Amino acid sequence: MSSVSLAVRDSNTMLRRNLLHARRYPSLTLNLLLTPIMLLLLFVYIFGDTMSAGIGGGGRSAYIAYIMPGLLLMTIGSTVIGTAVSVSNDMTEGIIARFRTMAIHRPSILVGHVAGSVLQSILSVVLVGAVGVAIGFRSTDATALEWLAAFGLLALFTLALTWIAVGMGLVSPNAEAASNNAMPLILLPLLSSAFVPVDSMPGWFQPIAEYQPFTPAIETLRGLLLGTEIGHNGWLAVVWCLALTVLGYFWSTSTFNRDAK
Amino acid sequence: MTKPAIAANGLRKSYGDKTVLDGVDLIVPEGTIFSLLGPNGAGKTTTVQILSTLISAGGGHAQVAGHDVAADPQAVRAAIGVTGQFSAVDGLITGEENMLLMADLHHLSKQEGRRVAAELLKRFDLVEAAKKPASTYSGGMKRRLDIAMTLVGKPRIIFLDEPTTGLDPRSRHNMWGIIRELVSDGVTVFLTTQYLEEADELADRIAVLNDGRIAAEGTAAELKRLVPGGHVRLRFTDPVAYRAAALALEQAARDDDALALQIPSDGSQRELRSILDWLDSAGIEADELTVHTPDLDDVFFALTGGAGVPTQPKEAVR
Repeated sequence: MSSVSLAVRDSNTMLRRNLLHARRYPSLTLNLLLTPIMLLLLFVYIFGDTMSAGIGGGGRSAYIAYIMPGLLLMTIGSTVIGTAVSVSNDMTEGIIARFRTMAIHRPSILVGHVAGSVLQSILSVVLVGAVGVAIGFRSTDATALEWLAAFGLLALFTLALTWIAVGMGLVSPNAEAASNNAMPLILLPLLSSAFVPVDSMPGWFQPIAEYQPFTPAIETLRGLLLGTEIGHNGWLAVVWCLALTVLGYFWSTSTFNRDAK
Repeated sequence: MTKPAIAANGLRKSYGDKTVLDGVDLIVPEGTIFSLLGPNGAGKTTTVQILSTLISAGGGHAQVAGHDVAADPQAVRAAIGVTGQFSAVDGLITGEENMLLMADLHHLSKQEGRRVAAELLKRFDLVEAAKKPASTYSGGMKRRLDIAMTLVGKPRIIFLDEPTTGLDPRSRHNMWGIIRELVSDGVTVFLTTQYLEEADELADRIAVLNDGRIAAEGTAAELKRLVPGGHVRLRFTDPVAYRAAALALEQAARDDDALALQIPSDGSQRELRSILDWLDSAGIEADELTVHTPDLDDVFFALTGGAGVPTQPKEAVR
């Protein structure tokens, strides 16, 4: 068997193992899904009127439209915390030592986690999106191409955060540490343009909020679904995604290839 | 001569300034059980980890199945199966799913994978538990599943790191039976244990590892000959005869309460005959004569007798 087909076959086996885990023990995924849904309902129904007044009116429905892109990306951040936790848990299992002594394609163990997590994140995004639509979110005349681009961006963003989360899971000694280490992935959206525009933030903070990975992705998604100005945010988002993916991949694989503890 | 299944030369490993292995040499012929015996912290697991390509050696060379572990780890991995000290099963999925996972990773066809999994589950008495998550298994069942998973790839060399630690006596004897069966199929077994009884019971050759070095190596009988402790014991029922014998046999150790005498001996036929001849000529007739050879416990403590060991020997050897 060629090395490529070996890699694909082993990665596929590992993916099925991870999906089996997720199917048997869905509570982790479901718990993580609660956070973005709670935030969505909180910001829309509790803070909605005040917040929308602060960003130029339009009422609750305008505010749902404003925060939906950020919440979809936050859903990804939230789901990949689960990835960090399950990778960290998995590494303490004896079965990983067994995998390491087998003549398999080694990175497939990580690729299985990443692929499984990407699928889970996409499912979560669809679910949170459905809740959004149920409470009144509508895109304003997005073309099929723009929808496609929006999905592409969400998938790319998921891939990037997942590889980073896998790295975080690998360097964490236990599940608690993994959960703490991955916390920035759900906190960063709060420091972005997800809930309020960047130019409403204090001047010294604006550059941080504007150039961190979430804001360009949020602004791009907003532009695609709601027709706002995308500008330089489009390529900035793509560059962030690619950079994080590459960084996360090399960080994870080199950590994993070090001697077992 | 055929190539040895495992050959290690001057293996070293240290973590920081703590030396775990300090030059370990090993040769394991094909189709034999080799036992690495040592107290906790002697470096047994580290040796297994290096030979099974889990970690790299700090120095020295090792060949497993004819391949260098550092230069060609994938070739080594293709020939070996490892059952670690902590069960290497996926607790979240069922026993059967664990087996099918192994079949997939060994690139068996679906049909072949199912056949092999079913066969091994049956052989290791796991059919009833096959549909339950492995995390619900008892210690003995987990070890059996662990070994069953190791066998899916038909390895020629199997590493068993303390396979019976923590098992109850029945499961331990079961495991011994399983290990003997493996070798009858021509497989080489590299076994680590801290139980002398186990090494004595199973191994063709035993190496005693202490403080990162091989303290002694040989068959159980060879090792036993290394240490003093062998003796011939004469027991009497008549106190008069006992006292007479004790006077005649000055070099014997006396046990007045039991009316028994112990004459140091290596237990060889020649020495035994000379003792008997001598007893005859002295007109001593014991009611009972037994030959005691040193057991591996004696060897173990003589070889690993660092400070602290004699304080709780019973616990250390169980």
